[in-house]
Amino acid sequence: MKVLLIAESRDGKLLGSAAELSHFAQTLNADSAMLLVGSESALPAYGGTLYLADAALAGEFNPAVHKQLILEVVAKEQPQLIVLPHSSYGWDLAPRLAVALNAAQISEVVEVKDGALVVPTCNAKLRRTIKPTTEISVVTLQAGAFTPSAEPSGTPNVVKLDAAPNGDIQFHGYEAAEATAVDLSKAEIIVSAGRGIGKPENLAMIEALAKALGGEFGASRPVVDAEWTEHSRQVGTTGQTVSPKLYVACGISGAIQHLAGMKKSEFVLAINTDKDAPIGEVADVLAVADLKQLVPILTEKLSR
Amino acid sequence: MKLLVCIKQVPDMESKFKVNSEGLWYDSADLAWRMNEYDEYAVEQAVQLKEQLGDCDLTVLCIGSERVKETMKKALAMGCDRGVHIADDDSHRKDPFAIASLIANFAKDKGFDLIFTGLQSQDRGSAQVGVMVAELLGLPCLTTLVEFAFENGTVHGKRELEGGTKGKVSCATPALVTCQLGLNTPRYPTLPNIMKAKKKELLSIPAADLSPADSRTQTLSMAPPEKKGGGLILEGEPAELAEQLLQILKEKTTVLA
Ligand SMILES: Cc1cc2nc3c(=O)[nH]c(=O)nc-3n(C[C@H](O)[C@H](O)[C@H](O)COP(=O)(O)OP(=O)(O)OC[C@H]3O[C@@H](n4cnc5c(N)ncnc54)[C@H](O)[C@@H]3O)c2cc1C
Ligand SMILES: Nc1ncnc2c1ncn2[C@@H]1O[C@H](COP(=O)(O)O)[C@@H](O)[C@H]1O
Repeated sequence: MKVLLIAESRDGKLLGSAAELSHFAQTLNADSAMLLVGSESALPAYGGTLYLADAALAGEFNPAVHKQLILEVVAKEQPQLIVLPHSSYGWDLAPRLAVALNAAQISEVVEVKDGALVVPTCNAKLRRTIKPTTEISVVTLQAGAFTPSAEPSGTPNVVKLDAAPNGDIQFHGYEAAEATAVDLSKAEIIVSAGRGIGKPENLAMIEALAKALGGEFGASRPVVDAEWTEHSRQVGTTGQTVSPKLYVACGISGAIQHLAGMKKSEFVLAINTDKDAPIGEVADVLAVADLKQLVPILTEKLSR
Repeated sequence: MKLLVCIKQVPDMESKFKVNSEGLWYDSADLAWRMNEYDEYAVEQAVQLKEQLGDCDLTVLCIGSERVKETMKKALAMGCDRGVHIADDDSHRKDPFAIASLIANFAKDKGFDLIFTGLQSQDRGSAQVGVMVAELLGLPCLTTLVEFAFENGTVHGKRELEGGTKGKVSCATPALVTCQLGLNTPRYPTLPNIMKAKKKELLSIPAADLSPADSRTQTLSMAPPEKKGGGLILEGEPAELAEQLLQILKEKTTVLA
């Protein structure tokens, strides 16, 4: 089998997903080639053929041009599978390729099982095993699901692609994340509030527990989106990455984007009314309880 | 302007899921249903645009069984003008491409200036349907928007990228946008608007009339993930639980020393 891997670069830097893509190709025992719209000064550690288009010419974010470049290489390499990271870049580009190639698309693959692909469903409470029914298919990989155990090595054999910017979308550059008022990355103890707190008034009991433990409080995305607290408290892929000695997740279901931000915590205590909540997968202890009852008692016992 | 917003009805993710008798999807019995969270942002943005421009006709579209009409009524109560229900008891067996083909076949001769979808559905989570609809219709598509503005026929948006960085993008209409969490603050329908929504047009079209494409994927099986975590699960009275937890924190961590 032949696979074409689509690496991603952001603001002139190659993203780490390139290593996961080539590890996925190895998992499949497939021949691979890679394509990158990026720069010659930031090449992946990859031993195969790398088709390289200059981001300065093609545009770093320009789906129409990237699609065209990929289609050219597909015509040359004839892969059965085109593989992208399941990232803001990959989930934007993959369906465009699938439509252009009359290809099946399978999103957010976490595992390969007997040649079929496994994807999460319903906030990871279920998993489906899927197979494409087309000759060529497009897949995206969940971040972290195919991390190689060793640092990748190799020098690519670079083949340059010409590109001229055009397309129906204008890209006007990046806007950096707001400067974080709170640096959770260094906190040793974090108590985080999720949607399960129910209403903004209940954030106070999470803060009180954090204080009683001598730590900081954090939040999952819905708490931030509802403006119950500021973005600098958000833990996850689009917030902060934390690695405290103790992480207490209160009323947080454990979506992959939240887990990505806290799974390096040394000890995880989850408080959740749902015994099957996916947070259980990373929790050392899951206390099945209403946080509104348990959290104040914990705080009180600690303060004594 | 003619606006279209596509919504999906999904189960509450806190539900207990069981695999259905076919073994290929979840059992739809005993579930609480709601509007896909991402689509609430899409509906809100479409309604806000209608309020900004005044002269708009906003259609909400949903593919699914008779049951999905309940969720469509919420969108009508939030401010959509009319509903198009694509009646399909089989929609859970269709993959995102087949779903997208239905939407595109419906929309292709209607002259929509702007189509809104969610970034992804909470049950499938594929993030495919919106972009595929745009590609099938030959429209520019801005995805993962956390900011949206419309001025003189142009959509200006900010895409959310990993780590909280944003990408600033724009395109001319007609176009399609996919909406990410936090794009706006979805409104709660008021009682008068819920009453008014009952009188709004809600047209049903059989899916077969829109010649859906075949699915391009085949589901082989569905199952809950194997439990690898092996963490301790504690249940009981809150006061006793609290005692147990403190004991465990003392033994297993260094933070209470
Ligand atoms: C591209 C992208 C990026 C994202 N980035 C992030 C990110 O950086 N961070 C992030 O957190 N999310 C992020 N998300 C959102 C993520 O997918 C989830 O929607 C989110 O993490 C859910 O937050 P939650 O667990 O608080 O809410 P829910 O999933 O709604 O879970 C609430 C939980 O509370 C429990 N509960 C309810 N009542 C109680 C009670 N009384 N006591 C105890 N428990 C209770 C429920 O059982 C449930 O498990 C992102 C999503 C996307 C698509
Ligand atoms: N059955 C459906 N009916 C109407 N719109 C849908 C349906 N399924 C998906 N969509 C739209 O497509 C988006 C992406 O869905 P998905 O590709 O399944 O993750 C959703 O947020 C909806 O806006």
